[in-house]
Amino acid sequence: MTTVSMTVNGKAVSADVEDRTLLVDYIREHLRLTGTHVGCDTSQCGACVVHVDGKAMKACTMLAVTADGADVTTIEGVANGDLHPMQKAFNDNHGLQCGFCTPGMIMSGIDMVNRYKADGKTLDETAIRHELEGNICRCTGYHNIVKSIQQAAGEM
Amino acid sequence: MSEGIGAPVKRKEDKRFTTGKGKYTDDIRMENQAYAAFVRSPHAHAKVTNIDTSAAEAMDGVVAVLNGAELTGDGIGNIICGWAISSKDGSPMNMGAWSALATDTVRYTGDAVAVVIADSKAQARAAAEVVNVSYDVLPVAANIEAAIASGAPQIHENAPGNVIYDWEIGEKDATDAAIAGAAHVTEMDITNNRLAPNPMETRAAIATFDESDDHYTLYTTSQNPHVARLVLSAFYAVAPENKLRVIAPDVGGGFGSKIYIYPEEIVCLWASMKTKRSIKWTSDRSEAFLTDAHGRDHITKAKMGFDADGKIVGFKVSTKANFGAYMSLFSSAVPTYLYATLLSGTYNIPNIYCEVLAVYSNTNPVDAYRGAGRPEASYVVERMVETAAREMGKDPAELRRQNFVREFPHQTPVIMNYDSGDFEGNLDQAMAAADWNGFSARKAEAAARGKMRGIGMACYIEACGIAPSAAVGSLGAGVGLWESAEVRVNPVGTIEVLTGSHSHGQGHETTFAQVVAERFGVPLDSINIVHGDTDKVQFGMGTYGSRSGPVGLSAIVKACDKVEVKVRKIAAHLLECNEDELTIGDSQVKVEGTNKALGWHEVGLAAYTAHNLPADMEPGLKEGAFYDPENFTFPMGCFIAEVEVDPETGTTEIIKFVASDDFGVIINPMIVEGQVHGGIAQGIGQAMLEEVIYDDNGQQLSGSYMDYTMPRADDLPSFVVEHHNTRCTTNPLGIKGCGEAGAIGTPPAIINAITDAIGDNSLSMPATPSKVWALIQSSGAKIAAE
Repeated sequence: MTTVSMTVNGKAVSADVEDRTLLVDYIREHLRLTGTHVGCDTSQCGACVVHVDGKAMKACTMLAVTADGADVTTIEGVANGDLHPMQKAFNDNHGLQCGFCTPGMIMSGIDMVNRYKADGKTLDETAIRHELEGNICRCTGYHNIVKSIQQAAGEM
Repeated sequence: MSEGIGAPVKRKEDKRFTTGKGKYTDDIRMENQAYAAFVRSPHAHAKVTNIDTSAAEAMDGVVAVLNGAELTGDGIGNIICGWAISSKDGSPMNMGAWSALATDTVRYTGDAVAVVIADSKAQARAAAEVVNVSYDVLPVAANIEAAIASGAPQIHENAPGNVIYDWEIGEKDATDAAIAGAAHVTEMDITNNRLAPNPMETRAAIATFDESDDHYTLYTTSQNPHVARLVLSAFYAVAPENKLRVIAPDVGGGFGSKIYIYPEEIVCLWASMKTKRSIKWTSDRSEAFLTDAHGRDHITKAKMGFDADGKIVGFKVSTKANFGAYMSLFSSAVPTYLYATLLSGTYNIPNIYCEVLAVYSNTNPVDAYRGAGRPEASYVVERMVETAAREMGKDPAELRRQNFVREFPHQTPVIMNYDSGDFEGNLDQAMAAADWNGFSARKAEAAARGKMRGIGMACYIEACGIAPSAAVGSLGAGVGLWESAEVRVNPVGTIEVLTGSHSHGQGHETTFAQVVAERFGVPLDSINIVHGDTDKVQFGMGTYGSRSGPVGLSAIVKACDKVEVKVRKIAAHLLECNEDELTIGDSQVKVEGTNKALGWHEVGLAAYTAHNLPADMEPGLKEGAFYDPENFTFPMGCFIAEVEVDPETGTTEIIKFVASDDFGVIINPMIVEGQVHGGIAQGIGQAMLEEVIYDDNGQQLSGSYMDYTMPRADDLPSFVVEHHNTRCTTNPLGIKGCGEAGAIGTPPAIINAITDAIGDNSLSMPATPSKVWALIQSSGAKIAAE
């Protein structure tokens, strides 16, 4: 067992975990923040994406101990009173159906908008589709997810 | 803006999903919860000679290791297929035994032989690794051809030659004669590739046994919790229905694969009773590939005859369908009544005959996957018509036009009676949106860049809104396919609608509320849709086959009708008028042409206070209804794909994809278009990317997202989705259903486009770059414009 301490959604947390504990299991099972999902076992689907020190990470592909000392944001932590523009954009554009991939899509969407803005690059449809390579949705055909991220990119 | 029928209202359910507050089965934690890990066969076919659990039982945290002998010893019944199909000779189908834990024989890789229950998931998995199962490996039949070859291994004793049934429909002699006399006959061998449904939420279950009253509760990822409870009680003998509550909370997609009750749910329930612990199991993705029911997997020979003018005179189809190792719940209906009955397509075909050979193999069970039989039919019909047009030198759109059904109702030779449609209207709309007439210029421009451009269409039709209970009963169904609803108006006027339909992405919490809001003129936010819990909703047949709109909503309308009758009686009594003088709307019940009115909430309150009701009226304001459809519904549409193939690499880019659908009346166009988008993506997945592959030993080679190509965002274009709707004449709202259309019409449109580009009709799905490149090389296809 190893003690891990980190900040999750602005709150300091600490726990003794088995060394093999994945970050996603720590978030879901220890912190009971169940908005971060697990959709595969090969780091393909992106349902588990969270932000670690401001960068999108697949929480299924990172040990909890690796995140020791990190600042972690999950889907539960992105709204600041009102919905985040990305959350609102998914509702406005019907960017979700079953909702299972949605937290990962929103976390990836926020990250890509932030990166493109920081680099002064334009996030057009082609770029969004390319950036979504690590997130799988089975319901929407991505059509409205692309529209959602486009809308949020204009508002963030 | 209106919140009623036809309004693109934003979804009520989104807030919890976009904020991480959805409640899926794996998100739920019970007190005293233990975890199940299954010990699965690594062999596709073997005798189980011994199960040594001693090492596993000695490990930390292990609560129990249970096996099939104990399961059957406790009276748990075999898993059944609920639709009886008879062979040509009248003999019943040969259903082999399927125990939730194998007793003496395993028949596919992934067949469970034992289960470990432990305090943690990691402990359960570690212990499952050391359960030592001894196998005598048997020969394997891993596909249809191997299963029906002479000397093939016998998979179930009661299915000689691995044949489940040899079924037929239509007039064989008349069809043979029509084709023999035809001016042109098109013949094709067509394969429909095997797919893994892959909802993003894998299957999961938590079972709890309450000793104090012998009562079970099962949370599970189900599209139809009441059907789950029915089969768990009536056939698997887990518990009687009054002692079993099944809850399907938020469910992350289904696409058919969550209709069925699988071994794992049965075992969790049984193990909760054995161990007196809540038992949780969540499939990982690899386990999902190994255990979820797959879809499609047909091999077909088809012949279509035309007269000298191009009219279709006869259509003969011979299909072999792979059922996998066991017969799943609806499996037998898929390649028969959901497939062969749609072989008339959108065309007036006087003679049709189809025979279907259903075959066991040492692979996952195969059952309904989005479209279920209808994509296979659409693919056969639309590839045949397209190829015929090319062979006869006819314009493919004109050949379709020439053969379209134009008068309704239309009785096909294969059971279905189409009620409505304007097929040419959808064809025209799609061709205009695709700029069909401008294609030759675009093809020439692409050729100048060294690219092969192609365009292809498909005019699909499907049968939805399953189904009239007496009709399906006469065809072998073990259940009725009605739907139930209850509408409860509360004393403050808010409304709860209980429905037997189940939403796992379809947006029922919004669309169903829209219908009720419009009906009673009350705000959308005052209406809650309740579903997915057998203790709350009396009964329901669930969601599949695009039935929630045409059947589920019709039940709600019927219950609303009854509520309205009572509302009118109460209001007429209180307002001292005749019932027919009243109008309902704007949150009130008003005497027409006067200023006399009651607020909607006042009617609700009057019903519950019961201080002043008409004589002999019961207090309260809630009504239930069962709706049994009088016919299937027939959504149809025309899809057009335009593609560009790079002859150097064989890669195909979809330049444009246009859909024109006829869904009848649409409640929420935003949600309907979303359904079409998702279906198209799955159809493109089937056409270009996806295929479950087994080697000859029955090992699945495509068992992860590293190996099975799920459509990604950059594999797909944005879609052009349009509607040309005609009202369905057989249900109260005029709805046809929209959930499966995209997956049905897309594969033939894509393949017709790629074959048009490369000039080779022999292309099979999935049209991978290597397959397309090889065909270009072997046929010496040249860029047409060169």
